[in-house]
Order: sequence, then C-alpha cells, then structure tokens
Amino acid sequence: MGHSTSFSWQRFVALVVKEFTQMQRDRLTFAMMVGIPLMQLMLFGFAINSDPKHLPTAVLLADQGPQARSLVQAIRNSGYYDIVGTVTTQFEADALLDRGEVQFVIHIPADFSRRLWRGEKASVLVEADATDPGATGSAVSTLRALASSALSHDARGPLGGLITPPPRLDLLVHARYNPEAITQFNIVPGLMGVVLTMTMVMITSLAITRERERGTMENLLSMPVRPLEVMTGKIIPYILVGFIQVSLILIASHVIFHVPMAGSLALLYVVTSLFIATNLAVGITFSTVAQNQLQAVQMSFFFFLPSLLLSGFMFPFRGMPVWAQAIGEVFPLTHFLRAVRGIMLKGNGIGVVAGHLWPVAGFMVVVLLIGIKRYRQTLD
Amino acid sequence: MSEPLAIDVSGMTKRFGNRTVVDSIDLQVRTGEIFGFLGPNGSGKTTFIRMLCGLLRADGGSGTCLGFDVIGESEQIKRNVGYMTQRFSFYEDLSIRENLDFVARIYGILNRKAAVDASLEKLGLASRGRQLAGQLSGGWKQRLALAACLIHQPRLLLLDEPTAGVDPKARRDFWEQIHELASEGLTVLITTHYMDEAERCHRLGYLAYGQLLAYGTVSEVIRTVGLTTWTVKGPRLAELAGRLRKEPAVAHVAAFGEALHVSGTDAAALEKALSAHRTEAYVWSQVETSLEDVFIHLMGEARDNFS
Ligand SMILES: Nc1ncnc2c1ncn2[C@@H]1O[C@H](COP(=O)(O)OP(=O)(O)OP(=O)(O)O)[C@@H](O)[C@H]1O
Ligand SMILES: [Mg+2]
Repeated sequence: MGHSTSFSWQRFVALVVKEFTQMQRDRLTFAMMVGIPLMQLMLFGFAINSDPKHLPTAVLLADQGPQARSLVQAIRNSGYYDIVGTVTTQFEADALLDRGEVQFVIHIPADFSRRLWRGEKASVLVEADATDPGATGSAVSTLRALASSALSHDARGPLGGLITPPPRLDLLVHARYNPEAITQFNIVPGLMGVVLTMTMVMITSLAITRERERGTMENLLSMPVRPLEVMTGKIIPYILVGFIQVSLILIASHVIFHVPMAGSLALLYVVTSLFIATNLAVGITFSTVAQNQLQAVQMSFFFFLPSLLLSGFMFPFRGMPVWAQAIGEVFPLTHFLRAVRGIMLKGNGIGVVAGHLWPVAGFMVVVLLIGIKRYRQTLD
Repeated sequence: MSEPLAIDVSGMTKRFGNRTVVDSIDLQVRTGEIFGFLGPNGSGKTTFIRMLCGLLRADGGSGTCLGFDVIGESEQIKRNVGYMTQRFSFYEDLSIRENLDFVARIYGILNRKAAVDASLEKLGLASRGRQLAGQLSGGWKQRLALAACLIHQPRLLLLDEPTAGVDPKARRDFWEQIHELASEGLTVLITTHYMDEAERCHRLGYLAYGQLLAYGTVSEVIRTVGLTTWTVKGPRLAELAGRLRKEPAVAHVAAFGEALHVSGTDAAALEKALSAHRTEAYVWSQVETSLEDVFIHLMGEARDNFS
C-alpha cells in the first residue's frame, strides 16, 4: 500500500543471492532437478530406440498364388512379424486389432498374384495398431524392402533369368488409432517441455509456501520488500537450473539419439527461456495460493497432468476431440512443443516460431498478474 | 528524534473471524522509552505488534508509528523498525553471516561488509560466522535475531519475547544492551512473561483478552490496581490456602516458596477476614504488593470477566 512502489534493484539482488545460496545448500533437490531430465531421457530413449520384433500379425490372404505365398513366407522370415493366424474377413481382422491380439493385419487381395504376373501394379494393405507408434515404425519400414526383394526373386525363378521389369507394388499402411504417428525425433524435443513443466512448476510452487511454513515469511514481510522483488528473486535461480536441464537434454539427445538440429540453437534457447519463465510464474502463483507444501505439490500435478495429456505429447493433438484441443491450446506446453519441434526438426525460423510464442507469453502475463494480486503483503 | 511519541495509536482492533483478538487498544510510547508488554498467552500481544508494523491489517484504529500513519504508511514504518519475531524466522539454511548479509542488502546498508563484521563482532560470533543458523542453540538464535534486527539501525525495536529460553547471564547482557540502545534514543517495545524483566522496563502495559487492563510505570500499575498484600508462613500452607480462598475479601492466594501471598482490594475487609486465621502456628505480616501479585490478580480477574 506504500507510495514507493518502485522495484528496487538492490533488494532484488539481495533476494537472488539468498535464493542461490539456499538452492546450493539443498543438494538433494538440485540433484533431482538435474537427475530427472536425464532419467526421463534414458527411459524414453530406451523405449524409442528399442526395435521390437516378433510382433503378432494376422494375414488376410485372399489370394493363393505363389507370389502371395512367398510374400507371406518372407514376412515370416524377417523376424519382425510373427504370423499368429490367418483370417478371412475384415470383421475378424478388426476384432483381433481391437482386442490387441495382433499388432498388424496384412491384407493380400485376391488379384495380387494375377496382377503381378501381368506386370500390373499390385497392392498390399497393412493395418497397424499404432497406439504405440514406436513399436510399429521399424516393422512397417522393413516391409517395403522385404516385399520387393521377395517378389523380384520370385519373378526371376520360373522364367529362368529372363529379365522382367521389377514388380510394381503398392504398399498401403493404414495406421489405426493414432493417425499422426510420433517418431522418435518427435519425442525427445517434446521431453524437454515435459521435464521443464514438471520440475519448474513444482519447485517454485514450494518456494513461497516453504517460507510461510517455516515462519520466515513473517520476517520477510516485516522488511520493506515488494512482491515483484520476492517473486522475480525466486524465479531467477531456477531459470538457470532450467537452462542446465535443457542443455543436458539437448546434448544427450544429440549424442545418444542423434536427434537433428535443423534450426537455430539460439532461437531454441530464446523460446526455452520464455517457457521456463512461464512455468516458474505458474509455480510462484500456486505457492501464493497454497496453504502448505502438500497443497502446492498437489496443485502442480493438477497443472502438469492436463498439460502432459492435452499438449500433443502423449496423444497426437489433431486426434483429440475439439473440446480437448480447445483446452490444450491454453497450456504453454502445447505451444512450446510446436515451437521446439518446428525449430529442431523443420528448421523453422523466428517468423514461424513467433506464432507459437504469443500464447505462451500471454499465459505468463495472466498468471503473474494473478500471482501478484494473490501475494499477500500481510499475514492475514 | 523530533517527535516525542514513537508510538501513538488509538482504537487498534483486530478480529479473526468473529473473535476480537485485539480490542480497541490505545497506546502511547515515548521516544527512547522501553515499554514492556505483558499478558497471558493468547492475549493479543503478538497480534498488536504485527499490526504496528503492517504485517496484519487492522480492522479498526488509527495513529502514528515513528510519525508515519500506521494504516497507510507501513512501507516507511518497515524501513525504520526492527521486528524480532516470537518464533525464530531467519533462514536456518543460511549461515549466520549470510543471514546478516541478506538483511543488510535488503535495507541497502552502505559499507555492508563492515556493518556485518561489526554486528558479528558485537554478537561474539565473529569466529562462527560460517555456521548455519539452524545449528545454533535456541538462545543463540535469539541473539542472532536481535543482531539482525539492529543492523539497519532502526528507530523502533519491536521485540516479541526476545528472551524466551535464554540463560540468565545472556538475559542480563541483553537487557544491558537494550538499556544502552534506549539511552541512545532507540524506542523499544518488548513483550515478556518474566516479572524481573517487566521491572526493568520504563513503563508497562498489561493486556488480557485483547484489552489493555493496566498501563504505566511499575509503581503506577501497582497503585492503580490498589491491592493490599499479606504473607503468611507456617505448616500445611496448601490447606490454609484452600480455606483463605473461600473468604470473599480475599482476591487471590498465591504460593511463593515457603510463604503464601494473600491479596485483596479492600484493605480493611481483608484484615478482618484474615483475623479468623491468625493462629499461633502461622506468622503473618503485611508486605508491599509486588508486580507479580498484581499480575496474578489481573489474570484471575480477567478470567472472571471473559469466560
Ligand atoms: N492468523 C490468525 N488466525 C486466527 N487467529 C489468530 C491468528 N493469529 C492469532 N490468532 C489468535 O489471536 C489470539 C492472540 O494471539 P497472539 O499471538 O497475539 O497472542 P500473544 O499475546 O502473543 O500470546 P503468547 O504470549 O502466547 O505469544 C490467540 O487466541 C490466537 O489464537
Ligand atoms: Mg505472542
């Protein structure tokens, strides 16, 4: 309520120094902040990198010709597919996929061999259960190579060395349940946003609550400090921690998983700092509302889970119902993921990326305003 | 120090829900004075102090603190006040030096390092500056807190039970320091539950259930309450006390070591009531009423009034 509402640089520095010292004392928390991103990266990376084989597969074989049979044989021999059965109707195929008993159904149409004999284009349809796209990706990609080599060999056989044009094969992949298949490159950049959201919100939501619980708030409030000084003073050290996390993920994803960096690293860091600041603002605001540290943690999860689920990290954004997309559009993580994927994978420049930044900045401003309004200058 | 009154407030009121915790208190504290604030647990001492330095919003009342409006100018008040909280509220995960340094930075002390060094020296903690505050014993935490409150050279000290859990020697040093500071013009408002400390204050206020029941110097407080006190020594004092309490003229009976203190507000009625108990086994004598008698009396009375 004072008239001197100006921000004091010297008090701000006092608070930043204090927060840094306290952070340095709290080794366990610091270790976790560095450990969590690495751990997650390893876990996700492991899952991504694994090249699952022996995936249960059903064949809907409408053609009994030699080409069809040798294709099935080749598929079986590849090791990627375990043919657990043949079905005769689409209905049976759907049921198997629905129940998750098979990962793939391979359709070989009735005219398959005949078309190949005639030198016409033949087609094979692969229906894949892509709920876990990491599991289906490499199997599908081997299929194409597999099919053409198996069939060229076949074509050569009976005609004894006669040169025929390579068989023309149309391989249609129908990714069921998850049309926007996430690739491994997609996940690692996304992980940056997830880790930041989780750790930054949680750690700062504890910041002011802890002062209140330990009783140090009374002392802090009895000194002439302003809310904005306290809040920004608490945010700054964690921005640094956020940068450490991001750098660790970037280095690891480059060295271990060879994720490309198509765009500008500097731009990526600019985007990241805005995103970090936004999450910290959310955390600080939570901590002005929460009565104790437990509530602060609960509120963090309340924010984190929908962010994770609706941002497009877990499920493809366009696959979600409209209402879920509308909610997802609110969360900073959604826009951050688009920006990071854009920069790292598509090489987007500032022009494109800026479009993803405004919603994040807007979110931050609103949240900070709520926080400053909620920050109580008294103990009432 | 131009203004004669460091604290001049009236009608200060604080309610939590529908409970009035501080009830329309008027208080004047002179510059350079040590003012003692006494009262039973939960009587509203801490709450009143918090309102003075803008930590709680008052529900009623007005006035000035160091010449600044208590309601509207808490920012300026905070700059000039050193508030030592009842519970240790510095950072336990910072070292002694870091805590002092933090406070010095917040107040923008020029020559910060020198100020912190001087403060450590004065505390006698110069060699332990790097120790974490959380590792200090209770008494040392109190001393650190006081040092931290003084670092920005406040004009008013608000000390909330600063000597709770402090050993007698340290308490005496503490009071010497307080008197020294007061003689330099610093005003001190201090809460305590110790009678000997109350007697070291220039003036006192006694608070019960949010109301200021007595107010003035030690002898003024004793005089306004107007008690007559007798002591009695002899066998089976507990039984005697039981009998004495039944006398309407006896306001209260309290055991002090080997003796009982018996007080009443009406001297003649008290003497008459006591005559029935003057048997050979007991030695009776009239004594000067002590501050403690007064407070025990006030506490008993307040309970009658409010519960
Ligand atoms: N934030 C609060 N919310 C609700 N009630 C409160 C709050 N703070 C204090 N009280 C109540 O106000 C009353 C006065 O408390 P206060 O701390 O001022 O007493 P005190 O005189 O300092 O007691 P003590 O000698 O034990 O320190 C108590 O009954 C307490 O329960
Ligand atoms: Mg108290």
